[in-house]
Amino acid sequence: MMVVSIPIAAPALPWLTSGRSLFPAIHVLGLSCFAYIVAKRLVPLLRAERDLRFDRPWARLGRVVKFWLGQWKHPRYKGAGTLHILIFAGFLLLAVRAFTVLFAGMSGTPGTPVFESQAGHLYGIVTDYAATVVFLSMVVAVVRRLVFQPARYQVPVQYGRAHTADAVFLLVLIAILMVADSVFEAARAAGQSQPSHELLALLSLPWVLQVALTSASSSTLASVCMGAYLLHQVTFYFLLCYRPFGIQFHVETSLFSVYFSKLDRQVLKPVRWGIPEEHLDQVKSFGVKTFEDFTWKHMLDFYSCADCGRCSDNCPANAVGRPLSPRFLTIKARDYAFQHYPVFRASNHGKPLIGSLYSEDEIWSCTTCGACEEECPLLVEYIDRIVDLRRGMIDDGNVPQSLQKPLKALESRGNPYGKMEKKRGEWANARELQPACHIKTLNGQSDANTLYFVDSITSYDDRMQSIARATARILQHVGEDFGILGAAEKDSGHEARRFGEEMLFLALRDHNVEAIRACGVKRIVTSDPHAYNALKRDYQDVPPVEHLSQVIARAVKSGHIRFRPVGEGNKVYTYHDACYLGRHNQIYDAPRDVLDAIPGLQRVEMSRSRDRSFCCGGGGLMLFYEPKEEERMGVRRVRMAAEAGANVIVTACPFCLVNLEDAIKVAGMEEEMSVIDLAELVEQQVARENPQAA
Amino acid sequence: MEILVCVRRVPDTSENEIELNRAGNDIEHEELVYSVNEADNYAVEEALQIVARVGGNVSVVTVGGEDDEEILRREMAMGANQGVLISDDAFRGSDGRGIAAILKAFVQKGNYDLILTGVQAEDGAAQVGGMLAAMLDYPFASLVNSIEVLEGRKLKIGREIEGGNREISEIDLPCVLSIQTGINEPRYVGMRGIRAVASVPIPTYAASDLGIDSVAIGAGAAKVKRLDYFVPALGKGAEMLDGKREEIIARVVELVAAKGGLK
Amino acid sequence: MSRIFAYIAHKSGVPDDAALELLAAAEKIDTAAAPTAILTGWGADLDAAGSALRAHYAEIWEISHECLAYPNAELIRKALLQVLPPGSILLAAHDHFGIDLAPGLSIKLNAAFVSDALAIDGVEGAYLNLIRQEFGGQVSAHVRCDISSGAVITVRPGAFKPGGRSPANGVVVAKSCEVGALTAHRRYLETIVAETGDVDISKHSILVSIGRGIQDKENIAIAQDLADALGAAVSCSRPVVDAKWLEKSRQVGSSGKTVRPKVYLACGISGAFQHLAGIKGNPFIVAINKNPKAPIFQVANLGIVDDVLEFLPELTHKVREMRTLAAK
Repeated sequence: MMVVSIPIAAPALPWLTSGRSLFPAIHVLGLSCFAYIVAKRLVPLLRAERDLRFDRPWARLGRVVKFWLGQWKHPRYKGAGTLHILIFAGFLLLAVRAFTVLFAGMSGTPGTPVFESQAGHLYGIVTDYAATVVFLSMVVAVVRRLVFQPARYQVPVQYGRAHTADAVFLLVLIAILMVADSVFEAARAAGQSQPSHELLALLSLPWVLQVALTSASSSTLASVCMGAYLLHQVTFYFLLCYRPFGIQFHVETSLFSVYFSKLDRQVLKPVRWGIPEEHLDQVKSFGVKTFEDFTWKHMLDFYSCADCGRCSDNCPANAVGRPLSPRFLTIKARDYAFQHYPVFRASNHGKPLIGSLYSEDEIWSCTTCGACEEECPLLVEYIDRIVDLRRGMIDDGNVPQSLQKPLKALESRGNPYGKMEKKRGEWANARELQPACHIKTLNGQSDANTLYFVDSITSYDDRMQSIARATARILQHVGEDFGILGAAEKDSGHEARRFGEEMLFLALRDHNVEAIRACGVKRIVTSDPHAYNALKRDYQDVPPVEHLSQVIARAVKSGHIRFRPVGEGNKVYTYHDACYLGRHNQIYDAPRDVLDAIPGLQRVEMSRSRDRSFCCGGGGLMLFYEPKEEERMGVRRVRMAAEAGANVIVTACPFCLVNLEDAIKVAGMEEEMSVIDLAELVEQQVARENPQAA
Repeated sequence: MEILVCVRRVPDTSENEIELNRAGNDIEHEELVYSVNEADNYAVEEALQIVARVGGNVSVVTVGGEDDEEILRREMAMGANQGVLISDDAFRGSDGRGIAAILKAFVQKGNYDLILTGVQAEDGAAQVGGMLAAMLDYPFASLVNSIEVLEGRKLKIGREIEGGNREISEIDLPCVLSIQTGINEPRYVGMRGIRAVASVPIPTYAASDLGIDSVAIGAGAAKVKRLDYFVPALGKGAEMLDGKREEIIARVVELVAAKGGLK
Repeated sequence: MSRIFAYIAHKSGVPDDAALELLAAAEKIDTAAAPTAILTGWGADLDAAGSALRAHYAEIWEISHECLAYPNAELIRKALLQVLPPGSILLAAHDHFGIDLAPGLSIKLNAAFVSDALAIDGVEGAYLNLIRQEFGGQVSAHVRCDISSGAVITVRPGAFKPGGRSPANGVVVAKSCEVGALTAHRRYLETIVAETGDVDISKHSILVSIGRGIQDKENIAIAQDLADALGAAVSCSRPVVDAKWLEKSRQVGSSGKTVRPKVYLACGISGAFQHLAGIKGNPFIVAINKNPKAPIFQVANLGIVDDVLEFLPELTHKVREMRTLAAK
């Protein structure tokens, strides 16, 4: 800091004297209020379920650097992202100055030389600009809120009043803080009698204000200085104490939220941290039924939510009018915490969440596509919460009839369709496959190097069986020694788990793991991204698993697969990223490389692609659920493909295939659009050396 | 209110899995999965909902063997307070009337206000409820799709009749009701719930415990016997259209128009 | 041979269709027998119904009692017990009333009970041989029933085709005085009529009826398109209503509406008898179903094995084409 000595005229002395006790008093009051408020805010976290987040500190610090300091997710929305980065950087830069100014106030003179050096001088310039930038950002932010009103900030009627007034109020307060700070700087600089080493940063806010104050008398300046300081101090502490009552609490909590954020993102939260599977029978209650069943980290997330709306803006369920808005899942929970654990009154118990805070449909509507988590700059966790809420509903028997039937079928037959076990492997006996492609069943009599895990829909559904056959032919073509489990295979349980039926999932998983280990394969291949995700993330102690697109991509690269050129010239292809292949497992390029290797294939990208892909409607048990919605997700997606100029959609997931094909029918777009699975397309286009092998 | 629900374990036939065995005289039992009869499950849910409103207990009973315990447990996992198995070799071969006689003996050992059964089970007979009521001299109503508990030992019930209409009646307790599917939305019973009741004891009653006269039960007393199962040779049935869809459609339109199907 | 009775329900003075079916069933039991019709009720309606049966039944017993004005099975059972001779065989329709009345009646009569009989093979000594179905119609069973102390048999509506019997000149016998005071612990209060909804399917001569094969609520639009093109209405089977995809007023079947169209398109309907029971008047039935073994193909006139989701849109297209051509 620069020299901050103020030529104080005698009449100002009383100010100073009272300042000596006033300013420290404000400090003490402000800080103790803040401490009290934070302590009250921590109360629910102390009653919450445990969450094991204290491991791997270096990895966690890495995340802090990337996501908190580096604001990694913010640029996904260019306008707001840039603005926030500027504000955040400005805050960080000003933080040091804020503390020193306040500290200076403690010693009586608002303005104690702290630094008196080149570096200090430079710091002053930087902070002058920082304050200016923050101030201007506030102006832009307020204009955005009031004039441009981005859609994602809007509050639908069922969620209460708009948040604009509160948002603008806070933005204005920060602006006042910046102005107070700048006025203080300006007045101080204007009051310098001696030629000062210090120059305020050119054209910064303090500089501008200083110009306005040059002609003021020194007593005026002294008063202005004091006034600005006081305003700064009061505003600072008001903001500090007000933030924990709203979305700006994220200023304080974001650091912790990011530090404690989930490291193993694709692994679902266990039923209870610290309770191994063998002891689950002793757990009295599964899932989240009351607010206190949430873990402390989830409660911290409720506090940290900045109400930016990016999650809901990308949520496919929200887009099609289902009663789910991730943003409001969090905001409602935060409001619940504020209401039942208030700062000024005693805490009180609320009702069970489902049926009061949340509706059943709200929670069943989620397809676990992960778009919300991908977007959130604060790394708020959604999927674990939804799964936990579902666990609670399942535990209470509160399950829609449409889901009860497939769940029961999974339990009794190992597939959600209720079809007989012995028919699971029958697709492999299809006439088209014989005799060239004989598929081994790994039942002890034959063995193989690789297991092709087919999973339920591909095994039983007439339409999806063509994917199975195409996959088998492709695997054979690349020389893979593979087999299937046939009747010994049960559903991977991927959706059973995500719909909250943990015990059913464990039973299915244990059965499959035993069958897989018994057949002694060294690796697993699957064409179903949900099975892929289950085998990779939910199952332990199984051989490594790959998705078919990766196998094909590798074979293309090594030359094992060569393609014939596509025939008709009017087909324009687009690749639809399946949620569990793309967003959840980051496999974006392998399928694209495969498509690009097909000569003459015209490919376009939809504007929502890769990690911004739009869910087709969901897989597994989601196919049975009857949501309340304005339009099908699949229909939305098919229209996106048409907008991109495509007339063929390529998918690498059987559920995407069924949803998109249905959507085309419902939308009446049979003439303009078709869907094909990657395996089917590849199998169709593979250049065969021996024509008889086709 | 003390409610007894009579339940039955039946093969799950949702996916048309019933086939004749090789001998051609019975169905193939090997790969069937069993569960509680759907209508009985609705009855248990209804009993649980009544008891939630007015207090009381729900007991479930079945006539069978060890294999049938699993459905008693499932209904207990759903919320029934007690499950009872009535088992005796002497019961084998009983017809519907025999089963009703066995249940009647059990009912008389207890003190039940309301007895529920499902409308019908896999044999489609829809008989045990009505028979049991007649044996006990209790009033009876079938195809019940709504129950309201009234003051003074009475119920107001709705029955499903033709045209989607509902016949509303008042019935005195104690009574027997057979419950139609769709009366409510049964709660889900997950694996966890079933495991929780896995070791709850289920009392078993034999013929001697109930004081049943062996003349009334078993194959000997049965007036109705199923001799075999068979799949009838398909009669002429419909004229099946074959060929390309276009041709089929053309024929359909032609015939439909001829029959007055085009307005 | 025991005496055979047929319990006939009636409404507004008109006997139920089952009257003639029960006659045909009785004939199967004993070709020589002249079954007696029994009716219960009160007043003019009862008399009219009884009269109408004189052309078919040799003897008609009428039990007239004020408390029987509404057919309460509990009361009717008591009344029947007082007039039926021991060892009788009583036939009734297996419908919502038969289900209510018959099982308890068999106990009180100490007679055998068989429900939902599809066919009667005949008497063999003290036994009656019948055919029933089980497992939702997936298999049939031969059943033997000991009729030495009588029997109560309910018969599947529509299973016994009215035969060409020479008309009778029946005598009405009043049985009211043989019946004493009738009280029951079940008292009829009222009937709540189902809401008719926006469409009354019983008034349409062409119906496009959908079943489980439509798979999803959204696909109903496909059926509606066809209905619009044909000038028809969309009706459905029970599973569609249970899934809440259509209102109850659209349901055809024993617990739904009875319809008498000229043309009935059964799309993705398996053909469970409860559904078929609602189709009267022998319409031209076209059945489209993915499953070649669906029971509907037994009763349809025209059968197509195909996926309704693919077949219907093409059919709609063709119908529209034909109309445009016809309009030119």
